[in-house]
Amino acid sequence: MTRPFVEIDQVAMRYGGVDGTLALEGCSMNVDLGEFVAVVGPSGCGKSTLMRLVTGLWPATEGNVVVAGTEVDGPLTIAGMAFQAPTLLPWRRVLSNVMLPLEVTPQHRHKLRRERPMYEAKARELLRLVGLEGFDAKFPYQLSGGMQQRTSLCRALIHDPALLMLDEPFSALDVFTREDLWAVLQNVWMTRKPTVVLVTHDLREATYLADRILVMSARPGRIIAERVNPLPRPRTLETTYTPEFQALVHDLRGYIAAARSGEGVVI
Amino acid sequence: MAAMSDRAQARYNAMAMAARRRRRLQAFLPWLVIIGMFGIWEIGCTVFQVPVFILPAPHDIYAAAVRWWQPLLQDSLVTLYSTMMGFGMAIVAGVLLGIAIGSSTLVYKGLYPLLIAFNSIPKVAVVPVLIIWFGIGIWPAVITAFLISFFPIVVNVATGIATVEPELKDVLRALGARPRDIILKVGLPRAMPYFFASLKIAVTVAFVGSIIAESVAPNAGIGRLMMVASSRFDVPLVFAGLITTGLMGIVLYWIAEFIERRTTGWATRGTDQALATGG
Repeated sequence: MTRPFVEIDQVAMRYGGVDGTLALEGCSMNVDLGEFVAVVGPSGCGKSTLMRLVTGLWPATEGNVVVAGTEVDGPLTIAGMAFQAPTLLPWRRVLSNVMLPLEVTPQHRHKLRRERPMYEAKARELLRLVGLEGFDAKFPYQLSGGMQQRTSLCRALIHDPALLMLDEPFSALDVFTREDLWAVLQNVWMTRKPTVVLVTHDLREATYLADRILVMSARPGRIIAERVNPLPRPRTLETTYTPEFQALVHDLRGYIAAARSGEGVVI
Repeated sequence: MAAMSDRAQARYNAMAMAARRRRRLQAFLPWLVIIGMFGIWEIGCTVFQVPVFILPAPHDIYAAAVRWWQPLLQDSLVTLYSTMMGFGMAIVAGVLLGIAIGSSTLVYKGLYPLLIAFNSIPKVAVVPVLIIWFGIGIWPAVITAFLISFFPIVVNVATGIATVEPELKDVLRALGARPRDIILKVGLPRAMPYFFASLKIAVTVAFVGSIIAESVAPNAGIGRLMMVASSRFDVPLVFAGLITTGLMGIVLYWIAEFIERRTTGWATRGTDQALATGG
């Protein structure tokens, strides 16, 4: 049996010393290579904390995080991240924003100067994939919120990360833009097959995108339910109106309600 | 349909015209204000018959400036030279210390109280010490200009670097960026608007510094020229010196602003929000 790509074992995270807030406790989950997993949960349940633990930005108070067979004890270099805010650098144009990871990651930084045309072509290809063709010379402030978020997504993908961590990347957008970007993200995932962990509070988003959906409890967060998503790909907006989709969303909603009221539903 | 688009075209033209008029007015307004000020000054002096040794009228000042143009030019150049030396040193030291303070809490905690205390010392009081150390000459003026213009640069660069959004740092750290990468790729570019805002303050107060030193230890420069002129009750020449200093200040301010607009256009779409601290 092959080992999961990401293993989180009985992880706890407490902020600000012994009396600090306990954000996560006894949290365990696995993600397979090339799998698309969504983590949903009520507000403030430690979803973003989980992201930061997996990418090694913060050390866990207890427990182990293992990515690609090695224990995480510092920031990973194989991860791409996108957040709720686009966090683009306002002084860089779109193309140069997308190429930022190449200047930093150990795998690419030395090759960038020699092979710049190749990398630039790659960045343009990604921008085309998310529907931003011809925008590479614009500054972020010249783009709409949705376009900025697409740029941010390209930046998270440019260095071919084995692990893509998405922290509510679409939650600041309007519903229509969000649904567009679901299709974009699904398209990217189906062509490149990275391992994706998507943190969200939008159950339709999770159901549209993920192979497997994990539900977190209220703080201190841990995984209280898991649903495998059987819906065939590629999913479309039409899929979201099928009874199967609705049933899955409804089912998940039940867990969230239970988590919010504080009753731990254990599977 | 055609009538509609005609009307829209007319409306668009009117708006463009109004915008052009506004821009023209904005370009002329500073000159208008300056000319107006001198006009009121001239008229006021004539109407109220203000004695020349109290407040010389602009035409007296002009006459003095024409008569003494040679020493005026020479001393201005000396002042400009020592100011720019001190200012240049302040930029180098200010940026370096600003980076250190902005990127390390330890350096910030350790150094900031001392910096504040140092900045509170009136620079006039330091000049005699500088003369003991460096003797009469250009150096007291250079060092005073440096001391007075150094602080705003440090504070602003440090603020720009210290206020980098944590998410932005996370994006880079998750890529395996070293702290140096984060400062180079994010901290410094982000601090640039703050840096330029501080330059505009620093370059003007640098003149204050060098002229203070030149007046306390008269050797050369506009400060000495004004001291000599006032001891001879040549008040128009004193004013000519003041106005020359103001002119140099505004020219350097424009240069700083020009470079700022060329390099940090992304940040000046809205209002300038940098911290302003004067010496």
